Amino acid sequence: MCLAVPLKILSVDGDMAEAGIKTTRVRISIALTPGIGIGDWVLVHAGFAIHSIEEKQALETLELLEELDEFNRQQDNGGPSHR
Amino acid sequence: MNSTDSKIMVGRLIDNISNYFQDKTVNIMEVCGTHTHVIGKSGLRQLLPENIRLVSGPGCPVCVTHDWEIDAYLGLAKTKDIIITTFGDLMRVPGSNGSLIQARQEGAEVEVVYSPLEALSIAQANPLKEVVFLGVGFETTSPGVAISIIKAKQNKIDNFSVFPMHKVVVPALEALLIDPEIKIDGFILPGHVSTIIGCEPYEFISVVHGKSGVITGFEPIDILQGISMILEQINRGVSEIEIQYLSGVVPKGNSSAREAVNRVFKPESAWWRGLGYLPESGLGVREAYSSYDAKAKFGVNIIKKELSHNNSICACGDIIKGKKTPDQCMLFRSACTPSSPVGPCMVSSEGTCAAYYYYEAYREDVYE
Ligand code: SF4
Repeated sequence: MCLAVPLKILSVDGDMAEAGIKTTRVRISIALTPGIGIGDWVLVHAGFAIHSIEEKQALETLELLEELDEFNRQQDNGGPSHR
Repeated sequence: MNSTDSKIMVGRLIDNISNYFQDKTVNIMEVCGTHTHVIGKSGLRQLLPENIRLVSGPGCPVCVTHDWEIDAYLGLAKTKDIIITTFGDLMRVPGSNGSLIQARQEGAEVEVVYSPLEALSIAQANPLKEVVFLGVGFETTSPGVAISIIKAKQNKIDNFSVFPMHKVVVPALEALLIDPEIKIDGFILPGHVSTIIGCEPYEFISVVHGKSGVITGFEPIDILQGISMILEQINRGVSEIEIQYLSGVVPKGNSSAREAVNRVFKPESAWWRGLGYLPESGLGVREAYSSYDAKAKFGVNIIKKELSHNNSICACGDIIKGKKTPDQCMLFRSACTPSSPVGPCMVSSEGTCAAYYYYEAYREDVYE
């Protein structure tokens, strides 16, 4: 119900961070994951890091997400899904 | 794991699952809409032996949002100088009189955002307007919304508010477990809700009701492993809460996230589609943050009115409880399709009706 996407933290500015994969960059909040730093992988849901994860698992999860993403595009939901 | 390894693993897990209880039906509910979606897409339902039935549950936040709540925010969207901000999947959900998309076509200001923090930025950029964020979602989503409200207060962004419709998963599971018509032997518990709440809130499932629960990840292999773990418990005659999704969940959950939620929100009774009015199953805004509560700020009342004809035929309510499958709804694939949805279960990519529409062959064997 509440899908979270793995992203790598690239820079940190207070409780905000820039995170990304490949060429995608997003600004996220790290207010819910104290102690997270540059180079860490986190699960991100609706603009908030909610959990830190291992890089290997992050990369495995990304494969699944690409498939789900393709489905959501097909559906033309009028915008991104929050899960 | 490469794809050959995955295939071998899937085969092994299915063999393992097939060894259990050939003479007995086991009903396993996948609570989470993302699980429903992955099960549909990967065809797991068809791969499993007939006696192991996967039943979809109430874990699609858009689907459990009540018609009365939908009509209330649609009414607010039509108010002058209000910008509604929302996650995209609410856009097409029909109320008794149109959807947000239609409201926008008729002149309402509606913006799709990826995060509640984006809604906060829109409020900062539009100081002469009121920006209302539609707070829909379970425990995974509510912490971020809480942080947005805390930030709005800290930065004195007073033209921002949240229309609170958040739901809490555990009371819904409790309602399903005490319903004598619903027979569930075990739960595939939601991965990312559990990232926040951990294991403890689910203990009643095993302790009070003697059922199994496995917090499960989102790959098809994870789900098969989750099912195997539930069957193994039943086989051993035990009921426990276990974690299959070890990479995403720790037993104590995320305490920072729970603290943010507790600071801003308090448990409140809430209306659920299908499940009705459940005590402490929603989140209301605490007094200290009441000026960020759109319901209070704009005096929105939830009006309990009769549903329109098609909305009253829509079986979403029973589907959310696992009592019906979409093909038992007379509107499924005829009057109700993803391009012209009657109910939210067809709108959301996580809705059971959408998952069946796209992925599941027509099935006669329904949940009894
Ligand atoms: S098929 Fe459409 S009308 Fe029927 S239950 Fe699903 S969403 Fe409701």
